[in-house]
Amino acid sequence: MLSCKQATELMSQEQDRPLSLAERAGLRLHVWICTGCGNYRRQMAVLRAACRRFGSGTP
Amino acid sequence: MELDRQSELNALRPDLLRFARLQLRDAGAAEDAVQETLLAALTGGHRFESRSSYKTWLISILRNKIIDIIRAQSREITATSLAGDEDGSEAGDELLSESLFDRRGHWKETARPGRWADPEASFEQQQFWRVFEACLDHLPEKTARVFMMREFLGFETGEICKETGISASNCWVVLHRARMGLRTCLEESWFAGAKT
Repeated sequence: MLSCKQATELMSQEQDRPLSLAERAGLRLHVWICTGCGNYRRQMAVLRAACRRFGSGTP
Repeated sequence: MELDRQSELNALRPDLLRFARLQLRDAGAAEDAVQETLLAALTGGHRFESRSSYKTWLISILRNKIIDIIRAQSREITATSLAGDEDGSEAGDELLSESLFDRRGHWKETARPGRWADPEASFEQQQFWRVFEACLDHLPEKTARVFMMREFLGFETGEICKETGISASNCWVVLHRARMGLRTCLEESWFAGAKT
């Protein structure tokens, strides 16, 4: 079972490389039972959206 | 109606300079990148109807200038200088981890991420972007550079490895560190106050 710390590492890496099947399964299970990490994952998506906007000069 | 380019350029110049400075962390290099961008902009033949479309166009030129400068710099800098720990980012990483996770690697009660209320609404606020910029500026220099290469300049990790001489796994660690730091800064400086 992944720790939250490990889960946050994978949630970062999934933005940079395709995760393996085992990693994806482990992460899915973890996020399903851990609301903190579920929220963290949504925050990662917000961060990326913010960077998109900032990087294109729209804000 | 065609924009008055000269006055638009003057108005947008501070924004461009801030954008370049954030990424290059070098006032001289940022100044060069903006100068070259303005030069290219004045000789370019496009027509623009609004300031925002003009700004988007300028930023895209500036982005390419920044990429050129980073490429040129990376040929000068030895591989180890980016891989090293001289900006203290690894020590800072440990400290942040300890404040967020317990010994078993689970969120501490006080640190567990909550929901960020309506991020889209935040994006519409000038103040949010000031906080965002301050948080980026707060990241250790090399961490910030790798992060911005990835997120603003659109480099794939493979290209970042090539340009900076760090390994792919080191790159992932640095990007993770950057996201964790940025997210924690935004949480503390913005979303914690905006929570409903």
